[in-house]
Amino acid sequence: MKICVLVKEVPDAAVEKRIDPSTGRMDRSGEKNLNPYDTHAIEAAMQIKEGGAVPVEEIVAVTMGPDSAVRALHKAVSLGADRSVHLSDPAVAGSDVAATGYALAKTLQRESPDLVLLGQQSDDGECYTIGAVVAEHLGMPSLTQVIKMDVESDALRCERQAEYGYDTVQIKLPAVISVGDAINEPRYPSLKAIMGAKKKPLDAITAADAEIDASKVGGENSAAQWIAAKAPPAKAAGEIIEDEDTGETVEKIIAWLDERKLI
Amino acid sequence: MDFDLSREHELIRRTVREFAEGEVAPVAEELDRTKSFPYEIVEKLGKLNLMGIPFPEEYGGGGGDTLAYALAVEELTRVDSSVAITLCAHTSLGTQPLYLFGSEEQKREWMPRLCSGERLGAFGLTEPEAGSDAGNTRTRARLEDGEWVIDGTKQFITNAGTDISGLVCITAVTGGEAADPAQPKEISNIIVPNGTPGYEQGEPYRKMGWNASDTRPLSFSDCRVPEENLLGPRGAGFKQFLHILDIGRIGVAAMGVGLAQGALDEALKYAKERRAFGKPISKFQAIQGKLADMSTEIAAARLLVYKAAREKDAGRNFTLTAAQAKLKTGRLAVRCAEEAVQIHGGYGFIEEYPVCRFYRDAKILTIGEGTDEVQQMVIARALGA
Ligand SMILES: Cc1cc2nc3c(=O)[nH]c(=O)nc-3n(C[C@H](O)[C@H](O)[C@H](O)COP(=O)(O)OP(=O)(O)OC[C@H]3O[C@@H](n4cnc5c(N)ncnc54)[C@H](O)[C@@H]3O)c2cc1C
Ligand SMILES: Cc1cc2nc3c(=O)[nH]c(=O)nc-3n(C[C@H](O)[C@H](O)[C@H](O)COP(=O)(O)OP(=O)(O)OC[C@H]3O[C@@H](n4cnc5c(N)ncnc54)[C@H](O)[C@@H]3O)c2cc1C
Repeated sequence: MKICVLVKEVPDAAVEKRIDPSTGRMDRSGEKNLNPYDTHAIEAAMQIKEGGAVPVEEIVAVTMGPDSAVRALHKAVSLGADRSVHLSDPAVAGSDVAATGYALAKTLQRESPDLVLLGQQSDDGECYTIGAVVAEHLGMPSLTQVIKMDVESDALRCERQAEYGYDTVQIKLPAVISVGDAINEPRYPSLKAIMGAKKKPLDAITAADAEIDASKVGGENSAAQWIAAKAPPAKAAGEIIEDEDTGETVEKIIAWLDERKLI
Repeated sequence: MDFDLSREHELIRRTVREFAEGEVAPVAEELDRTKSFPYEIVEKLGKLNLMGIPFPEEYGGGGGDTLAYALAVEELTRVDSSVAITLCAHTSLGTQPLYLFGSEEQKREWMPRLCSGERLGAFGLTEPEAGSDAGNTRTRARLEDGEWVIDGTKQFITNAGTDISGLVCITAVTGGEAADPAQPKEISNIIVPNGTPGYEQGEPYRKMGWNASDTRPLSFSDCRVPEENLLGPRGAGFKQFLHILDIGRIGVAAMGVGLAQGALDEALKYAKERRAFGKPISKFQAIQGKLADMSTEIAAARLLVYKAAREKDAGRNFTLTAAQAKLKTGRLAVRCAEEAVQIHGGYGFIEEYPVCRFYRDAKILTIGEGTDEVQQMVIARALGA
């Protein structure tokens, strides 16, 4: 089995989301990290490989992103991927979900994976949809929010986290599966793995290499444009009731709650 | 000049930060409160090759360099000093002498177990009468029938008395003084494995901080080890321990930066949450001044630490920079911990908040591995004063 894992470089969780006014895109100047959900996807691939139910020949980490995204790939191979593919081309910059999914699918076609794993959501865009778009282009079935995965020869038995419980779904391979963070506890990369990551092959490719139709990708050709981000409105200051006489205080609280139909 | 960390160094820093926040932070308060040695954390650090960062892979080490080591120590101390000093003393003081001065056989015997964290290494230099004046060693070792017979005591030794302590490398007088008291004593380093009859670890000290780290007095009485346990040439002990201390300073300096950064991070977080006079206290100029000063001093001190590490990795003389880094960061850690407590107000005096522990943990950084006054001596000597 050959597994491809989609990984994305995102601004560190500690960094506030902000638009760069000069480009209209997300300000990505701060610290970055591998999208946390994607570490779960890599761990899931590793567990299939180490589980031994089916032989896994290769785990390949795939990203689309600027030069700096090699850091995300470096982390991905430190966590166990055997090699990585970096699609980097000015032509794909600023792509929306539809364009990103198309470009990633073209990149994946070069690899002919039996299984494509990805995080259910990115920390920055949070669109939750890349897996579905990629699956559509590859003509593969897709599952989202998977939190348990068992290999059964040419199929997977998966558990999905649904809003009010869990679904069990059997899916034929090849397939595209996005995972939730409950699926596993990702390992930390060891120092030796970090130092050894340099020796694992990194394939840097352009849009042309992946036979991507340039008229379908990039900010110009994306129909969805992200234009603003703002924090939720601050909560109004609470009301402080001085506790002078406890009986009276309780009455005041009850009256307050009653007024708002909370009791 | 390049101020960016390499991709590997950046990932090491991030990994240790995530480890410290994920594995150490949740238990740090309890380990400190119950004065419990962090066995589980040491085991996990070992699995990640972090208990032998700067040693070659052929001896079971992590294959990293001094900068990688400093980054790891810094990130651990940002969250907890007890865990950091356990790794730090084990690496720079416990394992380093073996790596630098040990015979091939000694290295093959000990390094893999030390680097994996299965066993801890300790360094026994300090004695009741030999602290800053570390050459005033009283512990004696005499050669008898192919064995060193050791008698004496050591003071304040880290990592020697845990369930997984493997060895202590001690300085001992192996000759000189009896023949001619005017002659300098002959000092040698000798490896004493735990479990050797006559080698006892005393009760742990009751300390101001570093509560989850193991610190004890050691005693040697008619303690016999094979002659081959001598580390390097006989009489080289003085030069050897000076070199070990030079290297050790980079680790302790990294602890200073890490503790200061941890104190700043906690203080900033708290200042944004805590409200007084109708606004977050982070909006008051007096608080902002403290935060700004801390961050500036930390940024400067960090460069000094990384420079010392870089000099060592480049094979240059790093004695001066390492001493400067140690002097600068120890004081900085004490000051930042104090400011962080101040910013927390009364809550900073309560153990629920990490800065309370940071305050207690900081002070030793101006004392251990050479006091500030000793660093000043080293620096002044390098200046030619
Ligand atoms: C704040 C913000 C809001 C946005 N809103 C929209 C929007 O509403 N509509 C729209 O079309 N675009 C939007 N975009 C653009 C969108 O984020 C990008 O197209 C992005 O490349 C894919 O979307 P996502 O990361 O949100 O995907 P998600 O579907 O949330 O990501 C799921 C997984 O897909 C994989 N993945 C995603 N991107 C890549 C990549 N470049 N390389 C490899 N793997 C990847 C990762 O495994 C990730 O965990 C937005 C961007 C930002 C920063
Ligand atoms: C928690 C802890 C862990 C430790 N771990 C280890 C360990 O693992 N291995 C080990 O060998 N040691 C260890 N030590 C010992 C530590 O390195 C010594 O405590 C330190 O070097 C100072 O020695 P001292 O305590 O004897 O102080 P002293 O040397 O007695 O110093 C007392 C004061 O006099 C000053 N002073 C001394 N000489 C001069 C001078 N010439 N000029 C100006 N001022 C001077 C000092 O700066 C200091 O302020 C540890 C100590 C502690 C507290």
